[in-house]
Amino acid sequence: MNMALDPKIAEALRIICTEGPFAIWETLYSVALTTLFAYVIGLPLGVILVVGEPGGVFPLPKTLMYVLNVVVNLLRSIPFLILMIMVIPLARLILGTSVGTPATIVSLVVAAFPFVARVVESSLREVNGGVIEAAQSMGASPMQIILKVILPESLPSLISGATIALTTILSYGAMSGILGGGGLGKIAINYGYYQYNYIVMTAAVILLIILVQIFQSVGTWLAVKEDKRITRKK
Amino acid sequence: MIEIRGLTKKFTTAYDTFTALSDVNLSIEDGEIFGIIGMSGAGKSTLVRCINLLEKPDKGSIIINGCDLTALSEKKLRCQRRDISMIFQQFNLLMQKTCLKNVCFPMEIASVPREKAKARAMELLEIVGLPDKALAYPAQLSGGQKQRVAIARALASNPKVLMCDEATSALDPRTTRSILSLIADINKRLNITVIIITHEMAVIEAVCSRVAILDKSRVVECGKVEDIFANPKTEAARRLFYPDAQPETQKPSSGTLVRLVFEGGTSYEPLIASLAIDCGVKVNILGADTRNINGKAFGTMLLGLPDNPVDAAKVFAYIKQRPHIRIEEVRDNEHGA
Repeated sequence: MNMALDPKIAEALRIICTEGPFAIWETLYSVALTTLFAYVIGLPLGVILVVGEPGGVFPLPKTLMYVLNVVVNLLRSIPFLILMIMVIPLARLILGTSVGTPATIVSLVVAAFPFVARVVESSLREVNGGVIEAAQSMGASPMQIILKVILPESLPSLISGATIALTTILSYGAMSGILGGGGLGKIAINYGYYQYNYIVMTAAVILLIILVQIFQSVGTWLAVKEDKRITRKK
Repeated sequence: MIEIRGLTKKFTTAYDTFTALSDVNLSIEDGEIFGIIGMSGAGKSTLVRCINLLEKPDKGSIIINGCDLTALSEKKLRCQRRDISMIFQQFNLLMQKTCLKNVCFPMEIASVPREKAKARAMELLEIVGLPDKALAYPAQLSGGQKQRVAIARALASNPKVLMCDEATSALDPRTTRSILSLIADINKRLNITVIIITHEMAVIEAVCSRVAILDKSRVVECGKVEDIFANPKTEAARRLFYPDAQPETQKPSSGTLVRLVFEGGTSYEPLIASLAIDCGVKVNILGADTRNINGKAFGTMLLGLPDNPVDAAKVFAYIKQRPHIRIEEVRDNEHGA
C-alpha cells in the first residue's frame, strides 16, 4: 500500500500548518476588536432606539429618532463588500492607511454596528413593560431604569444576540480577505479563488465552521446559564 | 389623605379620542382600606396610574397630604412616588434577580447603603412570610409567593400608601384570601393607607372599609361597603354586587318580568310562598342573587308574572306593602344588558 500522501494534499497541509495559526489569530483578533467597537457604538444606539421612542422611558425628539432609524437602515441595506469600499477613505482618515487588517476592522465596524444596534434593540424590546412600570412607580429615573432594569433583565437575550453578531462579523471578516484583510478568509480567497487550490480553501472554510461552532456553543451555554427564568437546567 | 379632584384623562388614538376618566372626585382617608371596583374597561387601572402620575391626567389634581403631585417637577415627583408603592396583577418582579435583590431594589434606587438595605429586605421578607426564599429567583416561586415578594418590595421604601392593581386577580381563591389578609395585616400594623383596585366583589367584601364604583369612566357611587351593599343606587353597582341577578337566556315568551330588590328586610320570611298563597298567583323565579348578611336579605330576584294583568297588579300591590323590598318592571331593552 502506498503510504505517501498525494503531493497536492501534502502541499495544502504545509500551507495550512505554516499560515493557518497566524490566520486564525488574525481572524480572532479582528473579530474580537470589531465586535468590541461595534458594541461600543451599537449598544448605546440600540438602547436609544428603544427608550427614545414616544412612550418610551426617555422619549427623544421624533425627528432625531427618525434620523437614527434612517441611518441604521441605510447602513444595513448597503451590501457589505460595497460598504467596505465606500469606507476606505474613513479608514485612511482614522489609521492613515487603507490596507491591511486594521483598516478592514474600520469597515467591519461600520458594517457591524447598525446590525448590532438592531439586535440589541430587539433584545431590549423583550423586557416586560410591567417591570419597567414597577420601577417607575418606585421613583426610578430613566437612567436607573436603563442600567438597573432594562439591561440586566435582557442580559440572556443580549448574550444570544452577541453570539449572532459575533458569527455574522466572522463571516464579514472572511469576506474582507478580498480587500486585503488578513485571516482565514484571506487564505480561502488567495489559495482557492486565485490559485484554484480548493483543498486549502476547504480547509480554511472548515476552520471557520469550527470557530462558528465554538462561538455558538459558548454563547448559548452562557445565555442559558445567565437566564434565571429557566428553572430546570441540564 | 389623598384627594382626587376633577380628574379627567383622555387617550387619543389616530382615529378618535377615548375618555378613560371623566371628572373623578374621591377622597381617601389615612389608614383606611379603600376599594375601587368596576368592570373591565371602566377606567380603574388608569385611575390608579393617575394617582402616582404614571399617567399624566389631562385635567384635575392629585393631592397627597396637602402636596399637589400634578404641580411637581419630574425629579420631585420621583421622590414623592417612593411614598406611594404599588403591586400588580402580574407581580412585575425582576426575573433575573433574587427575591432579596428584588426587595432591595427600591432602596438601591433611593441610594440606601447596601448593607442596610439588605438587612431591611430580610426583615420585610420575614413580614411576608418568605425568609427562606431570599436567594431564590422569582421563576422558582408560586404566584402567591411572587405577590408576597412584590409586597415586601413595595414596603421597602416605607410608603404611606400601598396601591394594589388587581393584585389578587391572577391568584386562586385560597391564595387570594391569604394575600388579602396579609394586606389587611400590613394596613393595621404599619398604618399604611391601602387602595385596592379590583373587579371582584369578594375582594371588596373581604377587606375594604369604603368603596367607589367606577362605571364608564365615572365614579357612580362611593361610600361605606355595607351601605352600598345594602342599597346599591345605580345599575352599575347592582350589576357588580349581584352579577347573577339577570339571567340572560331564560326569558319567558309572554308575561311581565319584574325585579325584586331586597334592601335589608328579614331573610327568614318565605316571600314567594306567601305570595302564592296570599294572592293565589303563580310566579316563576327566573333568577336570583341574594345574600344573607346578618339575618338581613340583600340582593335581587327576577320574577316572571302571569300574562293576566289582574294577577300582575295583585303581585305589585302585595310586594309594595312589604318593607325593605322594592319591585320594578324590567323592560325588554334593559333585560340581559
